[in-house]
Amino acid sequence: MRPFEYARAQSVAEAVGRPGKFLAGGTTLMDLMKLDVERPAHLTDITPLRENGELSQIVEDGGGVKIGALASMSQTAEHPLIAERYPALSQALLAGASQQIRNMASMGGNVMQRTRCPYFRDLAFKECNKRDPGSGCGAIGGHHRKMAILGGSDACIATHASDASVALVAYGAALTLRGPDGERRVKLEDFNLLPGETPHIEHDLREGELIVALTLPAPIAADGVYLKVRDRESYEFALSSCAAVLDVQEGKVNAAHVTLGGVGTRPWRSPEAEAALVGQPATRETFEAAARAALQHAHPLAQNAFKVPLTARVIVRALMQAAGQIDEAGNPTTGANA
Amino acid sequence: MTSLNSVPLTLMVNGQAHDLELPVQATLLDVLRERLHLTGTKKGCDHGQCGACTVLMDGETHLSCLTLALSAQGHEIRTIEGLGGPDGELHPMQAAFIEHDAFQCGYCTPGQILSAVACVEGGHAQNDAELRDFMSGNLCRCAAYPQIFEAVKSMAGERQ
Repeated sequence: MRPFEYARAQSVAEAVGRPGKFLAGGTTLMDLMKLDVERPAHLTDITPLRENGELSQIVEDGGGVKIGALASMSQTAEHPLIAERYPALSQALLAGASQQIRNMASMGGNVMQRTRCPYFRDLAFKECNKRDPGSGCGAIGGHHRKMAILGGSDACIATHASDASVALVAYGAALTLRGPDGERRVKLEDFNLLPGETPHIEHDLREGELIVALTLPAPIAADGVYLKVRDRESYEFALSSCAAVLDVQEGKVNAAHVTLGGVGTRPWRSPEAEAALVGQPATRETFEAAARAALQHAHPLAQNAFKVPLTARVIVRALMQAAGQIDEAGNPTTGANA
Repeated sequence: MTSLNSVPLTLMVNGQAHDLELPVQATLLDVLRERLHLTGTKKGCDHGQCGACTVLMDGETHLSCLTLALSAQGHEIRTIEGLGGPDGELHPMQAAFIEHDAFQCGYCTPGQILSAVACVEGGHAQNDAELRDFMSGNLCRCAAYPQIFEAVKSMAGERQ
């Protein structure tokens, strides 16, 4: 690992505005610094701020909840406010990484985690527009089984890696960013940028800005589901996942939030699926129509074409589960209406 | 406080304070092994994928390979060397691993045991699926998984 100028922040005010990178859990940054993909000249260690309640607490916030940016993934997953009111977020957090990483990684860092694209992570590959703008994309003509089928461009098809962000977007989460010029709020959905021609610019984050909190509005429904499909049962990134929050009244979908993971270049909110659900009967036919709508603009390549039918099934199953028609194992629940 | 190159710091490891001067980029894993000579903590992948370097930080499992030594200041670190009794008696989890033959080459064992201790102490060993998931960040290339599972499971009822 290359050396850097190290600063240990004792307050948020001391951290905000500093150049380089902020170090929290380090589970992405340390890894990428060892790989020489990240080369910060300045590193500001914000782990001492975990002692500061504001940054690590999870508290009621109006009708919703505020999560301090330094709250760990495991702390957040197990917190009663999250486990009871935002179950899909709790499920997504527990489906991600390993227990050790969940203990270390912060919620603010989770939304900043970088892609697992092997062309990005390995300097032996010369082509990566995200790492080295203008160098090309190794994945498009190379190995792309795990790459995105939604939101890609000719410059980049790298998949966004976070499970938690998929559930956070489904719940309408916003980030509170504190910078030298004050504080602003950005919806997580807008914070992650599409790659377009500039895949190296991943976030709406300005120099010196620090994520201080994540806020969740009151959920549209008490139940929520995060369904994740992967090559291994645990400790593996998603091939496809779906966060579904459904408000069903008298057999009809009153409101729906559907977000996909493992298939998009950012946590993939699907307004098309949501539009296909709202006002319709909560039946398998409706859910299948929503899945078709979500995937109508998918652009698979040869090796990741399997993600289209796989994701359709993941969406239908997540929606049936969110509607209370099947259980976690996929078995019909008693009194199911479809 | 900013600094480049070597910086002084104090690390609390197994109840003992160590005053050290370290390069800024030193990981906790390298400091434990190379400076404190606590070689029970193993380096496997060095990228947070295998769990061999697992230690307890304030009682929670952490990966020492992805922890900057400087970030470990002010925290209680416990390694496999700090688990047994003062006269060398084994921790009950260590004894359970022997009892259940829960290793072959032994390289992953210190990390497995620290995860197992946190798993049982945190109440995650009551449910088989939860136990398996809790332990999934510790790879065993000899594939002693069934025995590791049995060893941890055997301790599930021992505490709480």
